[in-house]
Amino acid sequence: MRRPGLLRPGLLRDALAGLALLAVLLVLPLLFPQPALRDFLIYTIAYGLLAMSLNLLVGLTGLVSFGHAAYFASGAYAFGLLMQSGRVSLPLAMLAAVAGTALLALVIGAICVRLKAIYFSFITLAFQMFIHSVILTWVSLTGGDQGLRGGIPRPPFLGLDLGQAGTLYGVCAVLFVACLGIMRQVTQSPFGYSLRLIRDNPARAAFLGLDVLRMKLGIFVLAGAMASVGGIILALFVSGAYPEFGFWTTSGEAIFMIMLGGTQLFLGPLVGALLLQTLNHYVTVYTEHHGLVLGTVILVIVLGLRRGVADFVHEHLGERRAARAASARAASAPTASARAEAARGPGEVRLDGVRKGTT
Amino acid sequence: MNLEALAACVASASCAVTQVSTGLIVGTLLFLVAAGLSLIFGVLGVINFAHGAFYMLGAYFAFSAYTLTGSFLAALAAGALGVAAVGVAFERLIMSRVYGRDLLMQLLVCYAVILILDDGVKILYGGEYRLMGMPEAFAAPPVEVAGGFIPAYYLFMVGMALAAGLALWLGINRTRTGKIVRALAINPQMVGALGINTTLLYAGVFGLGSLLAGVAGALAAPIRTLTPGMGLSILIESFIVTVIGGMGSIAGAFLAALLIGFTRAFGAIGFPLFVDGTMFAIMALVLMLKPSGLLGREAA
Repeated sequence: MRRPGLLRPGLLRDALAGLALLAVLLVLPLLFPQPALRDFLIYTIAYGLLAMSLNLLVGLTGLVSFGHAAYFASGAYAFGLLMQSGRVSLPLAMLAAVAGTALLALVIGAICVRLKAIYFSFITLAFQMFIHSVILTWVSLTGGDQGLRGGIPRPPFLGLDLGQAGTLYGVCAVLFVACLGIMRQVTQSPFGYSLRLIRDNPARAAFLGLDVLRMKLGIFVLAGAMASVGGIILALFVSGAYPEFGFWTTSGEAIFMIMLGGTQLFLGPLVGALLLQTLNHYVTVYTEHHGLVLGTVILVIVLGLRRGVADFVHEHLGERRAARAASARAASAPTASARAEAARGPGEVRLDGVRKGTT
Repeated sequence: MNLEALAACVASASCAVTQVSTGLIVGTLLFLVAAGLSLIFGVLGVINFAHGAFYMLGAYFAFSAYTLTGSFLAALAAGALGVAAVGVAFERLIMSRVYGRDLLMQLLVCYAVILILDDGVKILYGGEYRLMGMPEAFAAPPVEVAGGFIPAYYLFMVGMALAAGLALWLGINRTRTGKIVRALAINPQMVGALGINTTLLYAGVFGLGSLLAGVAGALAAPIRTLTPGMGLSILIESFIVTVIGGMGSIAGAFLAALLIGFTRAFGAIGFPLFVDGTMFAIMALVLMLKPSGLLGREAA
């Protein structure tokens, strides 16, 4: 059996879609040059990465992590501290922050993935709050509850000056699309399909010879690393890192984004991040009763749609397509059967003839 | 870190008594909230993430009743019954629609209800801190034990919590209804087939769990400041308690609540900044060594 390589079917389509997304992201601020739009997009990108990486665990593998923001914060803090030390260049600091977070996720994940269902959720939450508490306590390193202040320097690299808002945005957009590409490749790979099997039937996956724990750990580390990129982007943009990045409400928001968008579509969580950012934006503009409105919207979505918005639209379109196909089949049925009749006609005659001949 | 201060406190009787009483108070409130959470999870199999918001409602209901009537008994009753009613309504109208759905859906509706209740309280009572004040019945001077002082109200609170815990334990383990509830936790179809109205029972258990949160809120009202976000920290802590004690185990919740209460009280002296970290570390340790909790049944 040939092992499917990196060049899987659909790769070209995904690559084109990625390029198109990048083009849209890069062109949007040119068409609408307000800084507010660019800020909005960077926030969406950062939180979108958090939500999409969390969905690698929740939607793909069926691991409901309550503590995913820990890696978001770890990326932001590691990157910020490295840049403030002034000894490394910006890309190197990014790589080191991602690698460091991956290591952290490896250590924590090695313990967490052994637990099932709700216990997995709780222990991830416990580790996140532990890290949050370390951030608050280790004041000399992290600045405690004031956050990492003093700004994060953005020395130019490869001729790119990140001090310019436009360049900063462009680099973030490229990073974002690159991460999407990695995540897409993983979900479509044999590894990704093994994870779906683990989600749907772990006993069977183990029976078929998959090393379930190692695969769970693998996706846990990858998800952590991807979340750290989101944290790095946010730290780079706000020029600081704050303990709230690693607070449980950030994890809660990421889960909410996933549910808002839907778990089953690859880009669902991104849609959720976009919806939540938009909702937050408008709700805070028009009313001070932010929680009341947001809560009602969530209730309507959960009790009314019973799934994420993107999942709902996807299924609705799927049903309509199926209905249209069915009605098309019904409409063309008489002519089709007539054609079949016509095709069968001579054969039967011939058969008759044969039969006649034999009898 | 100031472990010397901790050692000195443990060595001196007066400081130890004061801290033990503080630990008991924290543990008492945690036990009441966690017991309700644990009861609901044990029987209904859902995690009521809105439990902290119910605790907050209990405190505000008690505050309203106390300012209206001036009677602490009325405040206690308002907190308990008001929250029980809210709990039943929440179960019937919202939570029952997501039974059997994945955890995320349950988490999300609770998150929504927390947001709505927090904002509702903010609209009705204002966002600023509120103080209810100590009822006159407890204006007695603090009791002196070995050089340490314990306010009379603390004794009342601990007594109330012990009574509530005992009543709950007896109700579940020694009465016919308790037996039915235990059967409901194991095999709801069978209980339904025997002609028992399981829907009513589910609502009742949810109401009882909420009532415990309401009692905790009402008891906390005289000694805590009231804010719309006050449910959050107790929610997290009561989760830790239920996980350490074992989901669905009332006795485990009691043990773990005391453990956390004392960790809080003595940690505040020895390692004030790392109290939360210690609590989560204990929880992580328990989850690693015995995921079902100290007194929880082994998961099948």
